[in-house]
Amino acid sequence: MNIGWYLAVSALVFCIGAAGVLTRRNPVVILLCLELMLNAGNLALIGFARMWGNSQGQVFAMIVMVVAACEVTIGLGLIVAIYRRRLPIDVDELRELQG
Amino acid sequence: MTATTFGWLVLLFPLAGTVVLGLGWRSLPGRSAGWIGTAAIAASFACAVVCLAALQSHHPGARQLTSTLWDYAVTVGVDARLSILVDPLAVMMILVVSGISALIHLYSVSYLWSDRGYARFFSYLNFFVFSMLLLVLAGNFLVLIIGWAFVGAASYLLISFWYRRTTATRAGIKAFVINVVGDVGLVLGTYFILKHTGTLDFVKTFNAVPHVFARDDGDLVAGCVLLLVGAFAKSAQIPLHTWLPDAMEGPTPVSALIHAATMVTAGVYLIARLHPLFERAPAAADVGAVIGCLTLVVAATIALAQTDVKRVIAYSTMSQIGYMIMGVSVGAYAAGLFHLMTHAFFKALLFMAAGSLIGAMAGEQSLNRMGGFRRAMPFTYAAFVVGGLALSGVPPFSGFFSKDEILLVTGERGGWHWILYVAGYAGALLTAVYTFRLIFRAFHGEPVKEATELEHGHLAHADHPFNPATGEEEDTDVGFPGPEHHIAERDPPMRLAMGVLAVGALVAGLVQIPKVDFVIDHFLHPSFADSALYEVRTKNGLLAVGLIVGTALGLAGVAIAYRIWVTRPGTAAAIQARLTFVHRLLVNKWYFDELLDLLFVRPGAWMGRFAQQTFERVVVNEALVGGTTGLVRAGSAAVRAAQSGFVRYYAGVLVIGIAAVSLYFLLQS
Repeated sequence: MNIGWYLAVSALVFCIGAAGVLTRRNPVVILLCLELMLNAGNLALIGFARMWGNSQGQVFAMIVMVVAACEVTIGLGLIVAIYRRRLPIDVDELRELQG
Repeated sequence: MTATTFGWLVLLFPLAGTVVLGLGWRSLPGRSAGWIGTAAIAASFACAVVCLAALQSHHPGARQLTSTLWDYAVTVGVDARLSILVDPLAVMMILVVSGISALIHLYSVSYLWSDRGYARFFSYLNFFVFSMLLLVLAGNFLVLIIGWAFVGAASYLLISFWYRRTTATRAGIKAFVINVVGDVGLVLGTYFILKHTGTLDFVKTFNAVPHVFARDDGDLVAGCVLLLVGAFAKSAQIPLHTWLPDAMEGPTPVSALIHAATMVTAGVYLIARLHPLFERAPAAADVGAVIGCLTLVVAATIALAQTDVKRVIAYSTMSQIGYMIMGVSVGAYAAGLFHLMTHAFFKALLFMAAGSLIGAMAGEQSLNRMGGFRRAMPFTYAAFVVGGLALSGVPPFSGFFSKDEILLVTGERGGWHWILYVAGYAGALLTAVYTFRLIFRAFHGEPVKEATELEHGHLAHADHPFNPATGEEEDTDVGFPGPEHHIAERDPPMRLAMGVLAVGALVAGLVQIPKVDFVIDHFLHPSFADSALYEVRTKNGLLAVGLIVGTALGLAGVAIAYRIWVTRPGTAAAIQARLTFVHRLLVNKWYFDELLDLLFVRPGAWMGRFAQQTFERVVVNEALVGGTTGLVRAGSAAVRAAQSGFVRYYAGVLVIGIAAVSLYFLLQS
């Protein structure tokens, strides 16, 4: 199968993820969408690895998954901490870092 | 030991005195500060005498000895060394300076005894003497400029010695500013010379001048005129003279030493020292002669109308220095320096006597309040008469010989110099009139209250100390004059100093009597060996005319003064009433202060105000400083707006940015 199709799916998933990050205000959903973007990247990596016939791309994909797992752990921890402190679960409300 | 070693020793003693007194002022009991200061200068004078003897043992052709202590900077085109030049001219100057200074220190030991700044005064005075000796011993332009500036600084310190008196501090600042104008002239003039000769050393410069400069070369004339600006500022010549009368705010010994006998003659010394330059640039020398002549007449007329006893003497100093400047500018070097020497004697004497008079009046200086002190203070009266006769040029007193010799040489130059000659004799008549006006008004006539009390042994004391210039009340603490007054009649050191000077004023002229002896002429000859104008005079020429006219004018002046102020006391008021305009002109000193104020001070102040209120406010404050802060503020506001804190906004910017970069590369490839 042509590499183009894999990349098209990857780009589609990436765009869905990016659109979700940009439009949703719930941090849990934003995390989900981030995962979508990362996996879109993974799909592209694996597609290229298959095209070249070597395993380096797959190794990269594994590393990205590990990093994504860590990130989800920290992200969910943060969300729980926010919830525990009874702060609003809304990224637009959490903007104390403005200049 | 050679002559130059003693030259260095002459400098060492006053410097050591300055340091010792300046550092040890707290721990010097009683009059010891005064005696240390006096001893330092006396030692300096002794070294100067030995230096003279050592120099005279050299062959006349080899009496220009240079000695270098160390090099400051010696590279191509500049040779800055700490060097002195010991030659007859320098030795004559150090003898006069250290000798007169020693006597004035002696006088001050008593005069300032009650003052709280006693040790400080002697430290300053020693510093002044050191600076002046450095100036006259300088072996190159650099050391000359250092000495020149030190002398100005010492003068400032001593004029403002009573530093809580506003009139004194203002006078000090005025003197300093005008002197700095002169310093600038001197430095720029030196540059004009250095640029062409490539050396700072005097002897090398003099040797180079005939080869480097054509006669009346433009740069040389410019340089010499700038040097003259320095000389005029230091020697109080028109139009840079207005500081000298104001400098009389200082203590009287300071007026005697700095503003009569030594510092103000530095300009005369400068012209004499640099005579090879001025002879090569006769145009510049003519400027000096004309200004000197102008000053001598103008100052003499002003002295006729002033009522402050010290200011009258100050104007007579200006007038006499006018003679000297005129003399050395027309080539009468020996005569000019001879007059410098005799003038130092009789002018220091007159100031000391004036100090005695002021002491007897409890600080009052106005002639209008004085009178009849003749019987109360016979010693002071005698000193005044001796000094006055010497100043008026009555034979056989010293001023007679020196003044007439200057005018004689001026006349012999011929041409337009005859105008100077006649003006000089007119000035001589005025000199005699104003000098004896002073003496007759202070010592003759009805004794004032202070004089009658003094005859009974009571020295007048002011109930409240006050400033004689403004009448403001003062106390007697540090920064103001002390409570006790000393007059020469009572104190042996003052009497001794005045006695020695009186003898000097009487006999100093005898060293150079026309057609009899030529001590000064012969002594100074090695310094002026290369001069075309210098000659040991034996001609008859104008001599007899000059001597007779000089004597007649001096005596006539005394007679006029006697007639106006003694035999017919109302005459002065009648003349004043008839010549109101002239009198007002003279009382206001020919409006020179106002003229300088109009020409320089006000435009300067206006420019300062413009710079402060308009330029600084609009250009500096608003455009430069305000513009920069505005720019930074606007920039930071724009950047700050981007930091909204919306996570999704950041993510959006990121996505758009990456998309833009990706698109760019896609389109490029």
